[in-house]
Amino acid sequence: MNKSPNNSGHFGIYGGRFVPETLMPAITELDSAYRKARQDTGFKKELNQILKNYVGRPTPLYEAKGLAEAVGGGIRVFLKREDLAHTGAHKINNTVGQVLLAKRMGKTRIIAETGAGQHGVATATAAALMGLKCEVYMGRKDMVRQVMNVFRMELTGAKVIPVISGTQTLKDAINETIRDWVTNVRNTYYVIGSVVGPHPYPMMVRNFQSIIGRETRRQIRQLAGCLPDVIMACVGGGSNAMGIFYPFLKDQGIRMIGVEAAGKGVETDYHSAPLCAGSPGVLHGTMSYLLQDHWGQIKGAHSLAPGLDYPGVGPEHSVFKDSGKIEYVAVDDEQALEAFRLLSETDGIIPALESAHAVAYLKELAPSLPKGSIVVINLSGRGDKDVATVAELLKGRADK
Amino acid sequence: MNRIDRMFSQLRKRKEAALIPFITTGDPDIATTEELILEMDRQGADLIELGLPFSDPLADGPTIQASSQRALRHKINAKDLFGLVEKVREKTSIPLVLMGYYNPILQYGLSVFAKDAVNSGLDGTIVPDLPLEEAGAWMAVAKPQGLANILLVAPNTPANRVKKIAKATQGFLYYVSVTGITGARSQLPTELSQGLDGIKQLTNKPVAVGFGISTPAQVSMLSAVTDGIIVGSAIIKLIEAHTIKQGNDLKSGPGLVKKVGEFIGELKKATRI
Repeated sequence: MNKSPNNSGHFGIYGGRFVPETLMPAITELDSAYRKARQDTGFKKELNQILKNYVGRPTPLYEAKGLAEAVGGGIRVFLKREDLAHTGAHKINNTVGQVLLAKRMGKTRIIAETGAGQHGVATATAAALMGLKCEVYMGRKDMVRQVMNVFRMELTGAKVIPVISGTQTLKDAINETIRDWVTNVRNTYYVIGSVVGPHPYPMMVRNFQSIIGRETRRQIRQLAGCLPDVIMACVGGGSNAMGIFYPFLKDQGIRMIGVEAAGKGVETDYHSAPLCAGSPGVLHGTMSYLLQDHWGQIKGAHSLAPGLDYPGVGPEHSVFKDSGKIEYVAVDDEQALEAFRLLSETDGIIPALESAHAVAYLKELAPSLPKGSIVVINLSGRGDKDVATVAELLKGRADK
Repeated sequence: MNRIDRMFSQLRKRKEAALIPFITTGDPDIATTEELILEMDRQGADLIELGLPFSDPLADGPTIQASSQRALRHKINAKDLFGLVEKVREKTSIPLVLMGYYNPILQYGLSVFAKDAVNSGLDGTIVPDLPLEEAGAWMAVAKPQGLANILLVAPNTPANRVKKIAKATQGFLYYVSVTGITGARSQLPTELSQGLDGIKQLTNKPVAVGFGISTPAQVSMLSAVTDGIIVGSAIIKLIEAHTIKQGNDLKSGPGLVKKVGEFIGELKKATRI
């Protein structure tokens, strides 16, 4: 297998470092600090302690018999319970790793972007744990949609800065965080929340998240006595998907399926499915599939799941899309909403709307799978944050 | 010798720094941009940077962001910019350089973009999100066409890297005055002159400094230590202040072109001291 990414941060034609010159020294410094830390047993030991005692790892792999029965076809379904990690989603795996690295590099200030607020909360939490100052950029529209997460960040001592430029959502929050980083590059560390951005972020975030797949491998062998036939995960930027897929990439015969958000339909202008309906381009420091118009202007994304609401995707996913190694599909808002209710009913687990996209695709897939197939779904987060949104939506419909 | 090299060599003889204004193409509309180019030329501008608006200008401060947004209301694209350059080329020989982010260039198609740019009469490009390591593909098609690709260095760029970038840049080397984004600043960093001195020792190519420069006093101070001075946001602010809204449309208000011209005249005077 070729080394991926190569030394300049390219995954095939994707990835790279498309950043202003001012950031080049910073990402070169980060790359070398990360490579050193990876080899350092002290760093690994400290991170493992945090993951175990603070994050609550390993998270369980749970056989969802209720869900399996509901979708039919005589398959077995296992859920990787990232929803049970501290702060309620997989995001924390990455932020404790990066903030620990920032501290090691002597940086005194942490910045991050957030869309739904999950990555912001996970970053603020890690910064509180390690005693670093933290500021989080969030689109003003998202701040209104995710009031609870704004308050959680403030409780943990972070400052939330409203972004009023452009679409006032995640895309522009990233622009604003990059602008801050360019300005304060000497003392500031930027914690990116997904497998996106300039090298080394896509590689580093993938590696921090791949603990999900490593645990799953061990756990499924114990529970089922073999590796799974299918692994599924939702894809926004794609960090939870890359985290669970990565340790299985060398195995033959495992279908890996990334589920994007079709929003109101991939044929409309309201979706977040760059792999299914976009084209390659450069945004936020990396080459990957994007939602864009004929002239290369970036289009707004839409999904009911705020964590999938992004017009780009990780460069490594882009490579696997082209090679066919990973299948990418999309389910719409309605399907995700239905799956959100389904899993709540069948197994008493309220999934995040993001993760509900992966559950929704199981319904479509199940009839085509051989009986006895083993499916693992990465349940990347819990749905507490979405309960108010869904309640309002359902109430609105009942009133009609 | 191309128009950029010729301009710098003439100014060197006259011991003047080049005044390089930046405006966004299509802000507030394309007809005004045309008038602005010609007026700035008349008032002594030595090279003009024409911004190609982009939806996500991550190296730009609020002033140029807003300017891009105004231009995008008219859906200004690369073809419009080339059309404009072709038109003004009949009336002026001032060097014209496109400043724009990489994605619109990439989507146009690198080779076609380079060819159309040169045929229209453009002299070069500045692509702020295309550092040396990623610039290979673009420079490989731009160079044979005679289109200069101007690279940037920042105050935190290490000396060995400055040398590499200076070797690869064409036309001039763009020195970013601050670690930060574009936008007028009342005070420039105290270490700026020192930084410029350091850069000048590493290259024989002309060096132009940009980001944050907004007043004749700053231009005058910098003229002693650099070959060119880039002013963007301060001009855009003048444009913004003289733009009027007509229904949903934006257009140039009375005196816009004249006001910008006067400002250019003052700045140019400051390069001669």
